[in-house]
Amino acid sequence: MTTDVKFYQVGSFAVGNRLLSRDLRTVQSEETRANALTCGHRACRGCGEALGARYALDTAIEATKGKLVVVNATGCLEVFTTPYPESAWQVPWLHSLFGNAAAVATGVASALRAQGREDIRVVAQGGDGGTVDIGFACLSGMFERNDDVLYICYDNEGYMNTGVQRSAATPPAARTATTPAVGPEPGNRFGQGKDVPAIAMAHRIPYVATATVADLHDLEAKVRRAMELRGARYLHVLVPCPLGWATESDETIKIARLATQTGLFPVFAAENGDVVDVTPIRHHVPVDPYLEAQGRYAHLFAPSRRADVIARIQAEADRNIVRYDLLGRRGGT
Amino acid sequence: MPEQLEGSVAVARTVARCRPQVVCAYPITPQTHIVEGLSVLVREGSLAPCEFVNVESEFAALSVAIGASATGARTYTATASQGLLYMAEALYNASGLGLPIVMTVANRAIGAPINIWNDHSDSMSQRDCGWLQLFAEDNQQAVDLHVQAFRIAEELSVPVMVCMDGFVLTHAYEQVELPTQEQVDAFVPLYQPRQVLDPQAPITIGAMVGPEAFTEVRYLAHETQLRALEVIPRIGAEYAEVTGRPGGALVSAYNMTDADIVVVAMGSVLGTLKDTVDELAADGTQVGVVGITTYRPFPAAAVRAALADAARVVVLERAISPGVGGPLTADVRGALAGLSTEIVTVVAGLGGRAITRPSLRAMLLEAGRGALDLLTFLDLDLPQIQRAQLTGAGR
Repeated sequence: MTTDVKFYQVGSFAVGNRLLSRDLRTVQSEETRANALTCGHRACRGCGEALGARYALDTAIEATKGKLVVVNATGCLEVFTTPYPESAWQVPWLHSLFGNAAAVATGVASALRAQGREDIRVVAQGGDGGTVDIGFACLSGMFERNDDVLYICYDNEGYMNTGVQRSAATPPAARTATTPAVGPEPGNRFGQGKDVPAIAMAHRIPYVATATVADLHDLEAKVRRAMELRGARYLHVLVPCPLGWATESDETIKIARLATQTGLFPVFAAENGDVVDVTPIRHHVPVDPYLEAQGRYAHLFAPSRRADVIARIQAEADRNIVRYDLLGRRGGT
Repeated sequence: MPEQLEGSVAVARTVARCRPQVVCAYPITPQTHIVEGLSVLVREGSLAPCEFVNVESEFAALSVAIGASATGARTYTATASQGLLYMAEALYNASGLGLPIVMTVANRAIGAPINIWNDHSDSMSQRDCGWLQLFAEDNQQAVDLHVQAFRIAEELSVPVMVCMDGFVLTHAYEQVELPTQEQVDAFVPLYQPRQVLDPQAPITIGAMVGPEAFTEVRYLAHETQLRALEVIPRIGAEYAEVTGRPGGALVSAYNMTDADIVVVAMGSVLGTLKDTVDELAADGTQVGVVGITTYRPFPAAAVRAALADAARVVVLERAISPGVGGPLTADVRGALAGLSTEIVTVVAGLGGRAITRPSLRAMLLEAGRGALDLLTFLDLDLPQIQRAQLTGAGR
């Protein structure tokens, strides 16, 4: 359904799109949307995760005609939505532990299968800590068995719920509470990275995709595609965190867009282990404005500019651009 | 009809007759034969509808069970030793969420040093995790307790561990009578979950609870455990009516008439103890035996009643709390608070060391003379300890 219209202009990434015909508008623009995550929750102002989760789940609910069960890992999303005796969830929702959401979701899917209720679908969700670190073994197990679960990782690149500590998804040079901006190599170390979408693809599961809260049409389309398929599916959504990234709360979308425009966060989809779709960068920007907008990189610009570190980050962005052909130079998408 | 079966096979076939809908497990000795047996039954279709999930760890095994149980499926898993400890976080979660999962624990020691043989360190280390713990004395009781465990778990909406001694029971071939499918169907009705994940009626399970209600949640959990002390004997009596075999009780008692000394124990050692006590009785020494079938909740009143006339109590421990002594002794001492009973602890059979009748006999005779220390290690190899101390390995 996204084949006819391409969203190039900045404004058209947004929710309403009144210029579009109804069937091309986002789920979120409809007053009949499910409101999986309803008002009253305790997320911070400008929280990318709350935004991403609402879009993803409302779309999943639409795609499944309301037959959805959600499993949640411990983390911000769990804490800010369910302060007993209140709950912001309008879906059947189960939270067990930090590191087991994928396995719990497998249990839900197995029970539904045994009960002959496979029309009810299962989404598991967690932050990057609950996914790429402590929940990684369960995630890989769920992939390897190809259990009928869509796992959504809302990646804000750190342990924000516990006070902004480093996770395996924290990018190089970023300041966190456990990678402080002190010493000759301030912030997080440069490592080999932990590219979980690529690791998911290596399991050759039916569907792996990345998305951000900057392009909500794309996020919705990917959730919709994921729900068309059976088996293990993985969606990795970049969700900026104003608290952890030290950004203005009204800049969440802008920051997420810069992450894609620099090439630091490639947006693509893969089926059965092969990339089938790449969102090209229409307006390519260097990493500087992305880094400068975030307090977690402030040490790269003051007291003196760390051109060496910025160049290493730029090299990572450039490598992504080549690897995924984000500038369309190989004549792809 | 009695059959000659391996303990694990008997348990697997019994669990199958309880019609679980989701079974998951990760291999760990000595639990493996149970889930191997179930995997065959699921694969050949004789257990349909049932899903068998091969997982990547015990933590995942119990997590899958949690998801399945919260979706309203009757759920079973099995583990032992390190596996039980690897589950620890999920154990508390399953009981906190009130999910009636039934799990076999094939009791085994915990490392280091790594040891695959039997003692009770594993399940005892999880005594406070909110699961009921039933200990089988032999394979017939293991079979019977599993059937009752599903009833107890589902009636109270709490998870239940059925503990059976690794190798000594799991790998032993004994004559066992399995309840028939008709008997089990009559005794264990379809599972009616207390609450369930259902898109038709969405609920939130696993919300965050702060100081204003956490104590109350725990209070209710405690109350449920106390209720189990009434439910277990009642369901045991019903089981006896259906099968004609004794149902699970809180405690068992043997040779208590005129017994000044009573030995308290759990699990398969009870059989050896009874034989030893018979030998002693033939020689004119009366020693009673009290077996703890229900370890959690701890049946303090029943233990106190059973031990009321004993002058001396020997608690035979299959685990040790280093720096303290025996975990079971503390519970027994609490149950006998205010009485002048002499209580001593004997730690025996750690890491699979055989507990022999001659050793028990000598120990009980010593106990009768009042010659036992407060804490004794049965058959302790002193020269080995001295050698280790000399080489520094004991430091």
